[in-house]
Amino acid sequence: MALLEVADLRVSFDTPDGTVHAVNGMTLSLDAGQSLAIVGESGSGKTQLAFAILGLLAKNGQATGSVHFDGQEILNLPEPKLNKVRANEIAMIFQDPMTSLNPYLRVGDQMAEVLMLHQGTSKRKALDESAKMLDAVRIPDARSRLRMYPHEFSGGMRQRIMAAMALLCRPKLLIADEPTTALDVTVQNQIMELIADIQRDFDTALILITHDLAIVAGACQRTLVMYGGQVMEMGTTDDVFEAPSHPYTLGLLNAVPRLDIPQEALQTIPGDPPDLTRLSPGCPFSPRCAFADGPCRETMPPLEGFGQGRLRACHADRETVT
Amino acid sequence: MLVFIIKRLLVAIPVLLILVVGTFILMYTAPGSPFATERGIPPAVLANLEAQYGLDQPFVVQIWRYITGIVTEFDFGPSFIYRDQNVNDLIGQGFPVTLTYGFWSFVVAVIIGGALGILAAVKHNTWLDYLAVGISIGAQVLPNFVLAPILVLVFTLWLGWLPGGGWQGGQWQYIILPVIALSTSFMASIARISRASMLEVLTSNFIRTARAKGLPMHRVIFRHALKPALLPVISYLGPAFVGMITGSVVIDIYFSTGGIGQFFVASALNRDYGVMMGITVLLGTLTILFNLLVDILYAWIDPKIRY
Amino acid sequence: MIATKSVADELAAAAPIKGRSLWADARARFFRNKAAVAGLIALVCVMLFALIGPFISPWNNEDIDWNVLGNVAEAGRPSLETGHWFGTDALGRDLFARTVQGTQISLMVGIVGALISVIVGTLYGAVAGYFGGRIDAIMMRTVDVLMSIPYMFVLILLLVVFGRSMLMLFIGIGLVSWLDMARIARGQTLSLRSKEYVEAAIATGVRPFTIILRHIVPNLLGVVIVYATLLVPSMIIYESFISFLGLGVQEPLTSWGALINAGAAEMNKSTLWMLAWPLFFFVITLFGFFFVGDGLRDALDPKDR
Repeated sequence: MALLEVADLRVSFDTPDGTVHAVNGMTLSLDAGQSLAIVGESGSGKTQLAFAILGLLAKNGQATGSVHFDGQEILNLPEPKLNKVRANEIAMIFQDPMTSLNPYLRVGDQMAEVLMLHQGTSKRKALDESAKMLDAVRIPDARSRLRMYPHEFSGGMRQRIMAAMALLCRPKLLIADEPTTALDVTVQNQIMELIADIQRDFDTALILITHDLAIVAGACQRTLVMYGGQVMEMGTTDDVFEAPSHPYTLGLLNAVPRLDIPQEALQTIPGDPPDLTRLSPGCPFSPRCAFADGPCRETMPPLEGFGQGRLRACHADRETVT
Repeated sequence: MLVFIIKRLLVAIPVLLILVVGTFILMYTAPGSPFATERGIPPAVLANLEAQYGLDQPFVVQIWRYITGIVTEFDFGPSFIYRDQNVNDLIGQGFPVTLTYGFWSFVVAVIIGGALGILAAVKHNTWLDYLAVGISIGAQVLPNFVLAPILVLVFTLWLGWLPGGGWQGGQWQYIILPVIALSTSFMASIARISRASMLEVLTSNFIRTARAKGLPMHRVIFRHALKPALLPVISYLGPAFVGMITGSVVIDIYFSTGGIGQFFVASALNRDYGVMMGITVLLGTLTILFNLLVDILYAWIDPKIRY
Repeated sequence: MIATKSVADELAAAAPIKGRSLWADARARFFRNKAAVAGLIALVCVMLFALIGPFISPWNNEDIDWNVLGNVAEAGRPSLETGHWFGTDALGRDLFARTVQGTQISLMVGIVGALISVIVGTLYGAVAGYFGGRIDAIMMRTVDVLMSIPYMFVLILLLVVFGRSMLMLFIGIGLVSWLDMARIARGQTLSLRSKEYVEAAIATGVRPFTIILRHIVPNLLGVVIVYATLLVPSMIIYESFISFLGLGVQEPLTSWGALINAGAAEMNKSTLWMLAWPLFFFVITLFGFFFVGDGLRDALDPKDR
């Protein structure tokens, strides 16, 4: 029995310029303690997928489909019931640590309130617990840091605080949305190590959302590639990296700068991400795809299994995509 | 913090001095004597009068006397028109009145305006939001000098519920209309500002974090969103204070409440320089002190500001 | 293949929409906003009223209708027969002609006052923001200090001391309200200053004031237009306030504030039209400016929505 099962999830937003279809029939499953990377360019709908799971969509957004978590349907659950799941069962680390902590409240108070709310802990015990957790994410002198405000920390420190806060209730699932995007490269590595350690030590399931293939490799067991709000392919991280089966994955991998092979120029995928207000009936990647022909522009290829638990959605023959 | 307050008070002194000297120069250069309005005064008597009030002295002597009078004895000098009263008496008479309805207007504007704006933002795009926006837009086009006659027309002439003027030692019936007339446009502004800033705060990342923590909505709003949403309102309090002081002139004239605004306009029209100067200095001081208070309040709420 | 082609055409058709200019985009957004369009129409109507009014009015704004005098409450009612479409005032003067004339004055004071404060404020703020450092600190500190002065009282002093005149009114009202504009312009300039094209201009040795006028001020235009539109109604309110106190324009000239005051004074004599007509134009115009200003802000600053 999977911990998280997402089936045919669709997310759309009503805007003055029309309806934006951010996620279009996503399906994925994740077992307890497992880790999954969701990879895609910005605008591929990966963040909205995460927000939809936790019911955090903006007011003009709506989600349909099904999100089954730990034996109950949590999509579009009423707010009070959803609040019991948030932080307690599913916790989230956000993209921008500089703005994700409340600048007007002490760090300790922001952390303690999670425990006080979900576990009815007294404020003192909650603060003790918070200090221990800050210690666990390797923030020195944790006790006295509790009394400080977010602006007194660096970006990397704040992301550690976010991680510590997310872990307070020992959630079963941790969703990390681009946790390193806003940080320096050296700090990025530290945070990724931290997340990998957390996942192991606390035995949490992890969904890592990123556009940066370079950080996926060591961190996650499986990788899901997303484009235009749909699954392009999925498999173990090793398989996907070694033998990509989808032209988009191929493009993403080629765009990663490498030191071991001499390159004349950085390779990019030509074209722009799709206009999500007007979806074509075909594969969303077809306008940018070197392998695309007639059927690609008319029908979306179905998600088909092959090999060892791998999935791909592409009309082109697997052998030709290299 | 203490150093900051002392520093600000020290800065206030030259500002006030500039205000006093500026006003004094304005008065001094003004053509015509305050006594010229009384027709048929023989030149000898006029000169005598001017000598009695020290107006025949050179400019520097006059201004020195004026400033030392204020600093050493808190004496703003005589009134040229009300012969038996000096400026201190007049201000002492009018100021409590202004302070009473001004205080209530301020309280009403801040509390009702703030509550309305925040409620509207939380219930964004519901009838409550539309009502609040409607009220604040409507109140924007009804400044106090327009609202005052309309209120009197409705509540005094048509309904006969409330007196259309007077003060009577500050009985509540006499306070209500002045307070509504003075506070409405500021209430509307505060509602608009707090609604806009609350809407913005509610879309910010840290509110999403708070929601992701599973906090119930009322806790998200009161604990996480309220403080930042109120900061722009606090910034507006200074200008609102100045605006209310200005508005009090209209209230005093329209409702004959007997506040200092009434004395100010009367003295302006009669060239009663002593009274004008006294009121200007008093209001300048009040404004400076109030702005200091606002800055302290702001720093208290926003942890990023430390003096 | 035909289907493929149509999708490609659709994509091709979609592309140029994204390339619309900023201003065309803003215009489209503005005209989609019903309240703003209604406000614009109302403003155009009020302006036409002020411009054409004098030519169609059968009465002059100064002449007293002696038939009416002494019985204003009855004979001075608004009526088509007497030619007093809006009725007369307490002195038997035609209210239509006076409202037309008051509208001209109020609109003129509003627009000229807003222009003065916008020009002074923008230049001041742009200079402070551009030079930064010590100059900025001193200039903005001065603004802070000036802001803590109850201006309306100073304006009243000025009007009393130097005598009432239109010029004094313009200068006084304009100078009262440039401070906010200076702050806004400075804030914007600070962020513009670090833009590449400004740094490029500095690097190639363009003189500071040329940079301010060529590169900074044009880019402040959006903010300035929005602020100016919202400033006009507050100018009108200031002028009306001054006129309400009897310190504004002098008889026989009039303005909305003076007319409202006169109407309010006669309120208990069942001659409500004296209050109603000027109040109607006052309210309509303020609404118009506020709606147009809000519409412009939304149109020029889409992130504000």
